[in-house]
Amino acid sequence: MVAKLRIDNLCVFYGSFEALKGINLEVQENEILGIIGPANSGKTTFLKSINRMLDFTPNVRIEGKIYFDTLDAQKEIKRLALRRRIGMVYALPLPLPLSIFDNVAYGPRLHGTKKKKQLDEIVERCLKASYLWDEVKDRLKTPAFNLSGGQQQRLCISRTLAVEPEVILYDEPCSGLDPISTAKVEEAMRELKQKYTQILVTNNTKQAARVSDRTAFFLMGELIELDITAKMFTAPSDKRTDDYIAGRFG
Amino acid sequence: MLNPRTIQKIVFALFGIATVVIIVPVAIVFLIILFNGLQALTPEFLFSMPRMGMRAGGIFPAIVGTLYLIIGTAVFSLPFGIFAAIYLTEYAADNWLKRLVEVAIVNLAGVPSIVYGLFGLGLFVIFLNMGASILAGSLTLAIMTLPVIITASREALNAVPRSFREVSYSLGASRWQTVRKVVLPNAVPGIMTGTILGLSRAAGETAPILFTVAAFYLPRLPQSISDQVMALPYHIYVLSTQVPNVSVKIQYGTILVLVLLVFIMNISAAYIRARFRKRKLW
Repeated sequence: MVAKLRIDNLCVFYGSFEALKGINLEVQENEILGIIGPANSGKTTFLKSINRMLDFTPNVRIEGKIYFDTLDAQKEIKRLALRRRIGMVYALPLPLPLSIFDNVAYGPRLHGTKKKKQLDEIVERCLKASYLWDEVKDRLKTPAFNLSGGQQQRLCISRTLAVEPEVILYDEPCSGLDPISTAKVEEAMRELKQKYTQILVTNNTKQAARVSDRTAFFLMGELIELDITAKMFTAPSDKRTDDYIAGRFG
Repeated sequence: MLNPRTIQKIVFALFGIATVVIIVPVAIVFLIILFNGLQALTPEFLFSMPRMGMRAGGIFPAIVGTLYLIIGTAVFSLPFGIFAAIYLTEYAADNWLKRLVEVAIVNLAGVPSIVYGLFGLGLFVIFLNMGASILAGSLTLAIMTLPVIITASREALNAVPRSFREVSYSLGASRWQTVRKVVLPNAVPGIMTGTILGLSRAAGETAPILFTVAAFYLPRLPQSISDQVMALPYHIYVLSTQVPNVSVKIQYGTILVLVLLVFIMNISAAYIRARFRKRKLW
């Protein structure tokens, strides 16, 4: 089976600081890959290098290769096209200052969907996929900022889905959410597995244990260990992984 | 020794007095103008031509002239100012050229207005052969207003959170799509406020129009943009110093009209800002 994403010796430098030190890993189609690790271990940098959001950072240097469906993601795919195919959900819920409807319709409109009926259909489908539809269907025209934090985050997931990506990157998507909202977001992720490949960066190791199929442990810019989640959380092969999961550091 | 609370009271009292003192000159100026000028404000004064060497009649051509100049200034300064601000904020790489442009803008803001007047005379009136005209005057005022508009627009653009741009990019938007759909709509109120304030300053300037457009006495309306016009600030100068035996009523009435015009512009700028601040949600 060909990997959806193959990361080949990825190094990222911010000036002279080496944020990622030679990462090698593969992400399979339709899996949820959890990435755990303490702050400053390069998790967010890793996500941003995949959808090329690092390109905006000044003084950044990227070495190594990222293959997306066997294509070189840095050379053979245009940046905007790549970001359409690899969506991202941020740590903080970041709705745009638009209505709920316009937030979800933002991506499709960018990419040329103009017909009202078509947009209606996309918005409904994407809001249902993130389990938000029932809560907002009567007030789609109201500002997205009026939603609660958890609702906003699910709106952001819907907005990402509306672009119809193949991969979704989550950067600590539940860090600002209460347990019930978190549960809803996680439920949405599990449901989305059928269609999407997902990478979940999380500070909450328990979340990785609950949601991800495989889990990677990053530390100081290095990939320490990557394994089936069940094995990772019961019998990790590296002592540092064991310490981190057990809460002995980080 | 005074105890800390007494010292605090004294210091706060001083600060309070300093603050109130600011109101005093504004109030005196405004009240004197209002008191002396209000009775001059008749429809006849506002909408008729000056007569008898400006000692009687109205100031209609000066009002129209100033309005034309405001519009002309807006036409030339708005696109340049806003486009430049968008380019500098959203596109330009942080290199020596951008810094050079920034230094130029700061210095442009610091140039005395009489220098703009002479510059306009040299470039537009004489070299480009426009003659003293609405066109030359508007262009001169536009250059003077540019730094205000650019600076205000850049601040308004920078006030739109970076995260909005990031989200837009992550959904596959190009830079221009992001600017047009996310950044600009949220920066427009700030841009409008800064623009109106810049234009209201231009409306009251005398020196830049002195050699480029303002007519001493021209009791008819302009026919085209290559005509001279009378303008309120210059008319005030003329009435106060160049024409003997002008009644105080006419002098103050003219001043009141200009002050009210600028006042209305500033109030509308403040109103726009207040309205959109209430609507702002982040």
